[in-house]
Amino acid sequence: MRRIVVIGAGPAGMAAASAAALHGVDVVLIDAGAKLGGQYFRQDALAAGDRFTLPRNVEHVASAAVWAIEPVDGGHRVHLRIGPADGPDRRGRAVEARALVLATGAYDRALPFPGWDLPGVFTAGAAQALAKGQGVAVGDRVVVGGTGPFLLPVAASLIGAGARVVEVAEANAAVTGWLGNPVGALAGWSKGGELVRYAGTLARHRVPYRSRSAVIEAHGSDVVESVTVARLDALWNPVQGSERRLEADAVAVGFGFTPQLELALAARCRVEDGFVVVDAAQGTSAPGVFAAGELTGIGGADLAASEGAVAGAAAAKFVGAAVEPPVRAMARVRSGRRFAAALNAAYPVRSGWHDWLRDDTIVCRCEEITKRALYRAVDERDVGGVRSLKLVSGAGLGLCQGRVCGRNVAELAGVDGTGFAKRPIASPIRLAELAEEEPVETPIDAEESGRVLGVEY
Amino acid sequence: MSRIETADVVVIGAGIIGAASAEALSAAGMRVLVVDRGAPAGGTTAGGEGNVLLSDKAPGPELDLAVASRRLWPELIESLRAELGDEVARVEWEPKGGLVVATDEDAVGPLSILAEAQREVGVEAVDLSRDEARAMEPHLTDEVAGAVHYPGDAQLQPVLAATAMLTAVRARGGEVRGWTEAHGLVFDDAGKVAGVRLGDETIACGAVVNACGPWAGHFSVAAGAPIEVLPRRGMVLVTAPLPHVVGRKVYAADYVAAVASSDVDLQVSAVVESTATGTVLIGSSRQRVGFDEALQVEVLRRLARSAVKLFPVLAGVPVMRTYGGFRPYTPDHLPVIGADPRFAGLWHASGHEGAGIGLAPATGRLLADLMCGREPEVDPARFRVDRPAVIAEVRT
Repeated sequence: MRRIVVIGAGPAGMAAASAAALHGVDVVLIDAGAKLGGQYFRQDALAAGDRFTLPRNVEHVASAAVWAIEPVDGGHRVHLRIGPADGPDRRGRAVEARALVLATGAYDRALPFPGWDLPGVFTAGAAQALAKGQGVAVGDRVVVGGTGPFLLPVAASLIGAGARVVEVAEANAAVTGWLGNPVGALAGWSKGGELVRYAGTLARHRVPYRSRSAVIEAHGSDVVESVTVARLDALWNPVQGSERRLEADAVAVGFGFTPQLELALAARCRVEDGFVVVDAAQGTSAPGVFAAGELTGIGGADLAASEGAVAGAAAAKFVGAAVEPPVRAMARVRSGRRFAAALNAAYPVRSGWHDWLRDDTIVCRCEEITKRALYRAVDERDVGGVRSLKLVSGAGLGLCQGRVCGRNVAELAGVDGTGFAKRPIASPIRLAELAEEEPVETPIDAEESGRVLGVEY
Repeated sequence: MSRIETADVVVIGAGIIGAASAEALSAAGMRVLVVDRGAPAGGTTAGGEGNVLLSDKAPGPELDLAVASRRLWPELIESLRAELGDEVARVEWEPKGGLVVATDEDAVGPLSILAEAQREVGVEAVDLSRDEARAMEPHLTDEVAGAVHYPGDAQLQPVLAATAMLTAVRARGGEVRGWTEAHGLVFDDAGKVAGVRLGDETIACGAVVNACGPWAGHFSVAAGAPIEVLPRRGMVLVTAPLPHVVGRKVYAADYVAAVASSDVDLQVSAVVESTATGTVLIGSSRQRVGFDEALQVEVLRRLARSAVKLFPVLAGVPVMRTYGGFRPYTPDHLPVIGADPRFAGLWHASGHEGAGIGLAPATGRLLADLMCGREPEVDPARFRVDRPAVIAEVRT
């Protein structure tokens, strides 16, 4: 029997599952959400039905947390707990497959600034999810800050949910600058039209959109009452005297995205510059492990879906299905990556943010580690790696396991941050659940797994 | 910081043993360079729990070293505090004692015999009834057949301890160089160690200490003087922070047998303790799988089972992460501390298996005493390098 496991049911994972299934391969599609779509196509969990349908030979395992991936002879064993994360009755299950497609996506990055730990400060993604999924605005007067085109739909969703967006502060050059430029690097980008509409929404609601600006401080005794927005120089250092105080009861910040790497690292995929390295067939350095979507680079839903289609076909071929190279999807991946590269080059994160922090600004919220404590640990103990940095500073050791602070802390400390994503237990599991024997379904056929099939396009 | 070009001693390996050796040598007035091919204190030292134990050792040379080391740890921390200040000397030292628990009747006899033998050599070990044990640790299983309390057991945070000692080495004019691999030794005409090759650079020195932990075997081969040190893998589970559940270091009586065994197969024995931040650490596993780092869920499963058996209250507690490492294992389970018989100027300090954190200060002191020609407090004979278990062929 030919079977693959796809982890993540966003645009990349759904496309991978469909592509593999269309080649006659059985697919187990595992996702944390109650419904298909992932973050991008977030569906109302309570509404009836599902807006997506997948081929019949795709088994969608919803509300499932993959907590470990373990190497076994000839493939991989994926360990899940199924059921609400906080519920007492999660069911254990283990699935084996010779090929995996990882499509675990990314979460948005928040940079710390004084006051970022006040209630009322949200990530742009959280503000967007609340507005789109439940029609709830995070505040009445919201300042949106960060960098990249994603800030526009976030602001538009907040307006849609009834908030007044006080200002959008873009730390790099204006998104709107290149939207209308027919010869710019991003001309023809499929999202361009959408962004023009969002920009129109902001204009109609007279929302100031300021480039080279950032929220560098949030003020308030118990909750956010106001923020300081400053102009930034090219390295993101605040320009002296440009500070303005804006009244607001909420802030939504997003500085790009961080890929969800722990399962890729558990499957021993090579990671470079924070992303999983893949070949033209979306194959990683680990045999039989394919990656698609934001894991391989931040490029949006269309690129993710194209990568997913390629990865699903390649995984199907890896387990023995007759597969023609998916040349059209591969072409879409190539052009999508060009746009993504241009976009990422236009919206970098510059090091000036280090100086937005004061000595007592918290850099790791779970363990309440301040910038001063972090720098002291680095200076006095001269640590050179993530493992020892965590243990001497405490940063990244708390409940989020460095998901929020890891990149920022690594950047401040001057070490490679990939180590923060090394989480062999990929999501929390109760001791009693861990102690339980879980049935291994459909173990890999030893004889079948003896054959080594390469994937070459 | 300026890079030093010559040193009295180059210590290879910036884990707890290398750090303690370098600390003791620099305290004796030597200029020490410590190199590590990775981040300082980032290997085995970052992969353990910080055990400073007397309880798990039967009378013999290792217990002698452990007793000396247990006395030295608080003294050393105090002297680092005086020299470098409170912040650097903060190593989460907790002299909280250990509780060894037998959960079936068969284990009670051997546990009492061990405790009696330990008492005879001066280790404080108090036999407890089931009720006394549960009064001490209220969340302990009610299936206690017998227990022994060891007030002398302690715990510290090993990465803080190692980096504190390395900071002292720097403050005394030495240097710590991470991400620097030692490729081999340089000898003078008389065949004595004259330097060490680091990448394309050679550092002139009078002596080299191999403190590479589980990689000590690798370096010894590169140095041309092989010793037998092998990796023995271990894993630890870490729970989310909890209100106070476990007061001491609590472990199952079969731990002692697991520590002393030479089995290749997986051995799991519960060791449960809280840390300063409220997380609970759950060990211990032993496996001889080379340097294979692949996750084995079966190991985690058995750790979880053994912990819930000791503390049923932990069943609903979430495990946040797992980490692990490789213990430096010698075939006769004793550390290797002393001069290499083949090359004058080459010294070894390794093979402490899972006890390196506890044994570090006495190891550093013993090594410094031997190198400086001082009378050592602990008899070095059983740790010598030219014993059959460690060295196959001795050239003199």
